Amino acid sequence: MIKVSRDVSELKEDIYIIEIMKGLGVTIGHMFKNMFDLSKLPVIDYPNQEKGIPEGYRGKHRLTQRENGDPKCVACMMCATACPADCIHIEAAETSNNAIEKYPNRFDIDLLECVFCGMCVEACPVDAIRMDSGIYSMVDFNRRDFVVTKNELLAIKPQLESTKALDIRHPMQKYK
Amino acid sequence: MDLLDFGIIFARAIFVIVFCLTMVPVLIWLERKGAALIQDRIGPNRTSIGFLRLGGLIQIIADAVKIFFKEDVTPGTVHKFYFYLAPFIAGFVSLSTFAVIPFADNLKIGGKLVHMQVLNIDAGLLYFFAIVSLSVYSVVLAGWSSNSKFPLLGGIRASAQMISYEIPMGLSVIGLMMIYGSPHLNDMVQRQGELLWGFLPRWNVFLQPVAAMIFIICAFAETNRNPFDLAEGESELVGGFHTEYSSMKFGLFFMAEYISMVVSSGFIVTLFFGGWQIPFLTTELLTNYAKPIIQISLVLASLISFYICTNLYTYHKVHKNRWKDSRDYEGLIFSVITGIASIIMLVVLVLMSYIDLPTWLPPVFTLLAQVASFVIKVFLMCWVFVWVRWTLPRFRYDQLMNLGWKSLLPLALLNIFVTGAVILFLG
Ligand code: SF4
Ligand code: SF4
Repeated sequence: MIKVSRDVSELKEDIYIIEIMKGLGVTIGHMFKNMFDLSKLPVIDYPNQEKGIPEGYRGKHRLTQRENGDPKCVACMMCATACPADCIHIEAAETSNNAIEKYPNRFDIDLLECVFCGMCVEACPVDAIRMDSGIYSMVDFNRRDFVVTKNELLAIKPQLESTKALDIRHPMQKYK
Repeated sequence: MDLLDFGIIFARAIFVIVFCLTMVPVLIWLERKGAALIQDRIGPNRTSIGFLRLGGLIQIIADAVKIFFKEDVTPGTVHKFYFYLAPFIAGFVSLSTFAVIPFADNLKIGGKLVHMQVLNIDAGLLYFFAIVSLSVYSVVLAGWSSNSKFPLLGGIRASAQMISYEIPMGLSVIGLMMIYGSPHLNDMVQRQGELLWGFLPRWNVFLQPVAAMIFIICAFAETNRNPFDLAEGESELVGGFHTEYSSMKFGLFFMAEYISMVVSSGFIVTLFFGGWQIPFLTTELLTNYAKPIIQISLVLASLISFYICTNLYTYHKVHKNRWKDSRDYEGLIFSVITGIASIIMLVVLVLMSYIDLPTWLPPVFTLLAQVASFVIKVFLMCWVFVWVRWTLPRFRYDQLMNLGWKSLLPLALLNIFVTGAVILFLG
């Protein structure tokens, strides 16, 4: 039989009471500390104050634009092919601009099916689709409203510098 | 029996029921806020009626409304009668146990002795054990009649747990009965008003610390609360015995849990922490020196009220533009109210020194003071329930049984022998 040595005496733990008292001491300590000073809590006042999200976070998609406001997308279908959830629906149309030949007439993403894997961003050869909008809370009353269209995607702006992640960590984490 | 007698009985019963039922939302609030503070969170604080937030108490109203209007689903395969009966047993048992707890000293009105407990019976403690042991029926019936695996497992666990913890619980109070020679609760509380060695209130927790510990542990097990909530065990058994319940039938179980928390706290306080006794202030003292005591408590209340007033005002100043609606003024409004209250108390204090108290006031004041003392003690004991719940993890089933049968039971027996020996030698 292998004996594993423990650095606490077993009897002391088996009596329960001492250890329980210690535990109760820890929790009541937290409570008293927090009761008199709520401002030090590692929490944010969520809808009033947003935490922001770190760079590289995959939020709601957006379509990038050319200088004249047209979408950069050339309707090559790379993203729709790469998408594992099969939730990008593109309708290509011909354009007078001979350099690109095609543009998306429709570009719909069903956010309810999307798994936010970022494959579409990886696949795009012209950097037309990005997920750097910083929008993480997508709420609606209707399933149909979760299908975002080309114009909506074009209108979304990238996340601003000022809203980038606040440093809100648990006090314990800061020592790591 | 004339009309007055009926009125008194009625009033006592109403008081007890209203007290228990109003404690439920307060305790839910206490639990949520306590849990939040212990876990470094803030807890519910946004729901409001107009400007009223009351630090999250309004959230409880929202919850209650929600639970009332939820769809009440009764699964097709349940045993209907027992399925409906179980939550009622839970509610009934937890409400009716409170009947024997005295919440103030006997009051003399016009030569009539009024007992401040709903049921003034000699077998107070026995009544408690008789009724409390019925509560296992609610859990077992709910578990069995649901006709589903998880509730059944929860019900089985709960019945084993409750039956095994009732034994050390019953044995732990035998020491008390040996000391007082009666299971009448008011007698016990009256005797706890004396002093031990001249400075310590003669509370039973000092006379019978082991019994107190065992009783409190068993009370946790009887109310099915953490660390003994194996009946629910949501991480293993979905929701335990109430998995199949919804809407207000679930709400009744939920309420019953909190009411039985109040009742257990009431019993712990009555048996071990002096019940309605205010330490160092006996009933005679309170009645005879009513005037100075009222004056001192007015001064204290006024100071506390003023402190709250200033605190709320600073709170209002810091959080002026937090919500951008009427909720911003809550702190200000309450700070004004508490400020006015503290001034009114001071005015009453000054007026009091000019007039003599009417003769009916001292007994009534005594009654109110003792009820307040009892309620405060119960509240603190309920806080212990909450505190323990958010500190300790759940016991494993075998640990639970080991603790009950191998530790608590021998300890309770030992306590009886030691108490007997001490009584024998000290006379
Ligand atoms: S993030 Fe993934 S799932 Fe969503 S649209 Fe892009 S490729 Fe499809
Ligand atoms: S977004 Fe990029 S990958 Fe997708 S169709 Fe347009 S150009 Fe092709």
